[in-house]
Amino acid sequence: MSELLRRILMLPEQSSTVAADIDRLHYFVIVVTMLGAAGVAATTLWFLIRYREGGPLSRRSRGKTGEEIRPARTRAALIAELTAVGGLLSLFVLWWVIGFRQFVGLHSPPEDSLEVYVTAKQWMWSFAYPNGTGSNGVLYVPVGQPVELIMTSRDVVHSFYVPEFRIKQDVVPGRSSTVWFEVVRPGRYQVFCAEYCGISHSTMRAQVIALDGEDYARALEGLSAIQLAGPTADRPAVVGEQAPAEPLSLAAIGQRVAAQAGCLRCHTVDGTAHTGPTWAGLYGATIPLEGGQVAVASEAYLTESMMDPRAKVHLGFKPVMPSYQGIIDAPQIGALVHYIRSLRDVRRSGGPEPAPAAVEGSVPLVQPLTGEPGEPPAPPPASPPASGTAPPAEATP
Amino acid sequence: MTSTASYLTAGRGLRSWLFTRDHKRIGILFLIGTSGALFVGGVFALLLRLELLTPGETIMGALDYNRLFTQHGIVMVFLFMVPAIPGVFGNFFLPIMLGAEDVAFPRLNLASFYAYAIGSAIVLAALFAGGVDTGWTFYTPYSTSSLTAVATAAFGVFVIGLSSIFTGINFVVTTHTLRARGMGWMDIPLFVWSIYATAIIQVLATPVLGLSLLLVAVDHAWGLGIFDPAQGGDPILFQHLFWFYSHPAVYIMVLPAMGVVSEVVCTFAHNRPFSYTAIALSSLGIAFIGFLSWGHHLFVSGMSVLDAGVFGILSMFVAIFSAIKVFTWTATLRGGRITFTTPMFYFFGFMFLFVFGGMTGVAVATSSLDVHWHDTYFVVAHFHFIMVGGTLTAFLAALHYWFPKMFGRVYSEKWGIIGATMVILGFAFTFTPQFLLGNAGMPRRYFSYPAEFQWLNVLSTAGASILGLGMAITLGYLVYALFRGAPAEDNPWRSRGFEWRTPTPPPLHNFAGQPEMVPGAYDYHVADHHDHDDPAS
Repeated sequence: MSELLRRILMLPEQSSTVAADIDRLHYFVIVVTMLGAAGVAATTLWFLIRYREGGPLSRRSRGKTGEEIRPARTRAALIAELTAVGGLLSLFVLWWVIGFRQFVGLHSPPEDSLEVYVTAKQWMWSFAYPNGTGSNGVLYVPVGQPVELIMTSRDVVHSFYVPEFRIKQDVVPGRSSTVWFEVVRPGRYQVFCAEYCGISHSTMRAQVIALDGEDYARALEGLSAIQLAGPTADRPAVVGEQAPAEPLSLAAIGQRVAAQAGCLRCHTVDGTAHTGPTWAGLYGATIPLEGGQVAVASEAYLTESMMDPRAKVHLGFKPVMPSYQGIIDAPQIGALVHYIRSLRDVRRSGGPEPAPAAVEGSVPLVQPLTGEPGEPPAPPPASPPASGTAPPAEATP
Repeated sequence: MTSTASYLTAGRGLRSWLFTRDHKRIGILFLIGTSGALFVGGVFALLLRLELLTPGETIMGALDYNRLFTQHGIVMVFLFMVPAIPGVFGNFFLPIMLGAEDVAFPRLNLASFYAYAIGSAIVLAALFAGGVDTGWTFYTPYSTSSLTAVATAAFGVFVIGLSSIFTGINFVVTTHTLRARGMGWMDIPLFVWSIYATAIIQVLATPVLGLSLLLVAVDHAWGLGIFDPAQGGDPILFQHLFWFYSHPAVYIMVLPAMGVVSEVVCTFAHNRPFSYTAIALSSLGIAFIGFLSWGHHLFVSGMSVLDAGVFGILSMFVAIFSAIKVFTWTATLRGGRITFTTPMFYFFGFMFLFVFGGMTGVAVATSSLDVHWHDTYFVVAHFHFIMVGGTLTAFLAALHYWFPKMFGRVYSEKWGIIGATMVILGFAFTFTPQFLLGNAGMPRRYFSYPAEFQWLNVLSTAGASILGLGMAITLGYLVYALFRGAPAEDNPWRSRGFEWRTPTPPPLHNFAGQPEMVPGAYDYHVADHHDHDDPAS
């Protein structure tokens, strides 16, 4: 029955854990809606025929005195109308209750969700995975595990829509929005952009490829090299025609975030010593901490150092960095971590020791990434006094 | 000129029309303007449907397609739907129904028409100078960064907004101050109630649209960054501001249609409304609740879950008021003496299309279901059922109902029924497949689409051509009747409505002498010595 209705209504396959429930409400609402509209139309038609001019019940044929055999407004009719309105109201409230409960569920990702950062731009989707790999136009997810997408846009409003999952969420510049789903069977699922975003809106599509555990791990491994190499991903950015020529890397966003949030006033990217530890070759390195312990500069350590910089201070540096909690959001952290990760093969030219106030000598700027068009280049460490004379703080308190 | 000369002959020449302060002539000017807009918007719609015949490029490129659906939306919403019924029939009949000589501010009324005309000219100029590709919703930051003529179009819509406000003020004041002696609030015709409720929304909501669009225009022209996140602005703020107007605007478009339906059903059923109070007050209920439901346009924009819940339930209350009206209209038929004419045919189409469209409105207000449907063809089909199935059929019903009174001519009833049948069937044929397209997951505003959606699009385009042909036929026989139609009687439908108690076409000052307001506009149960109603008596 359910499957029959799904086919009649032309709904796509139910490929996420929430789809079947939502569809059940869909059938309930649409069947009642259609019956209601048909009922009103049938009643109207019935009255139009029954009370037609010259028909058996029209007033004229009821005698020429104009007396009302059947007054238009009887108590019974009034009760019928009030019942209909009351019944309708209860039905609406019932739909609202069921629908709102489901809506809350759609906005409550399970604790163990796998987080994937999504960046939308005209006209492509890119995905960055927690292990630092990334892909454009194809989102790999494991079957049977909830996946939470943390999404932001780089230009205009887009909307992430997978009909087979019954989910949709706008992706807004300057904000991060989230959506979650759990795929129930392996397969390829079409992603549409549902919010109008310009000339190639209708070709801003991607695919979700849901794989079983092992296949998924293998697929992610296959991705690593692509994204970490820096500039380009060789995948087609958009499935369909008009693929934009310019590929996107999450690291490039991280580079921009670093410049805008003021990170680069204290951290260099070429290994030069400065106020804070250089990011060159930082990722994955084992670093000494104040107090004698060591830490591996993993995603977790880097994230923690942004949110709570004094928790584990690099040996030899002063605990002067402010917390960026609330100043940079989740996707930006993801992008920053990604950017730092992309610098791990850059050779350090200076030691990890505290640096003198000013940096002597200019080391050529290492540009591990192709810059974004129109983007300010990474701050030049060599341009005259690259020291503490940073421009007035924007993000740094 | 004598006081009994028809408004059509009182004053001749172009000048007497262009500088008229007669509400009836201004209504006719609006009829010319809005019909022109309907024609232009309809041609755009047919071109869009033609383009969507195949999954890829059919007759135009992506940019032209994007411009075209934007222009279709702007023209239909701001140049046709919003001004059509209030501007034409509200202007023509509201004062007559109140027993007044004219509206309260005749000069402001003329200014309203010129604001409409100038705004429309600016909008149309924007279409030819580069076009606009933002969608009629002007969502930021796309609209503020688009290279097309966004600022010009937004300014044009702003000017049209002035027209809407002028008309609204006029109708509110006229209803309050110019009712015939002895006419209480519960004696005014139902069409006036709906126009009055509409006017309140126009006066309160339109300034918000004007300001929002002005902000978009200055953002676009000078990059102020009000809605640009890169400069600390907020794109979602625009969505709230826009829908704060544009959701009530749905009721600006639909309430007058409901007023027309109330008149038509009473006249042709020769019966008083099942409940005058229910129809009159539900108009105010819709106007009020309509202000509190805009958030259902933002269910997937990232608003809080709590907000979504509140806006969801409030949206459903709007449907309750609409349902009260629908049940009351149906009950009004009962015990009547129904004559089945072209306006009644449109009434029947309205009942089915509006009820189905309205019920799908409750469906999309159900938050979890909206997630799948939002920004798909399901929503497109839903609001076309309301806007076209509701407002356009009511506009056509009004045109056929009042045509004899306005022009003193009779159109061909046979062609009327043929036209109405084609319009209603063509309409259902066009938009029913779009519900299924939305279910299947086709997003709206898609220039190209996956091939599996094609057959439904072909059906939709086929329906659109029937609809287009029906509209062309309607235009044809109405224009013919305008010049060659037989003269109309004063009260061809045997209505008790006040507007039928004056000569056809009405004299310059509407009534020759003091208007008679007894019996009331719906007192079909009371015999009266003026009664043309019952030849048997």
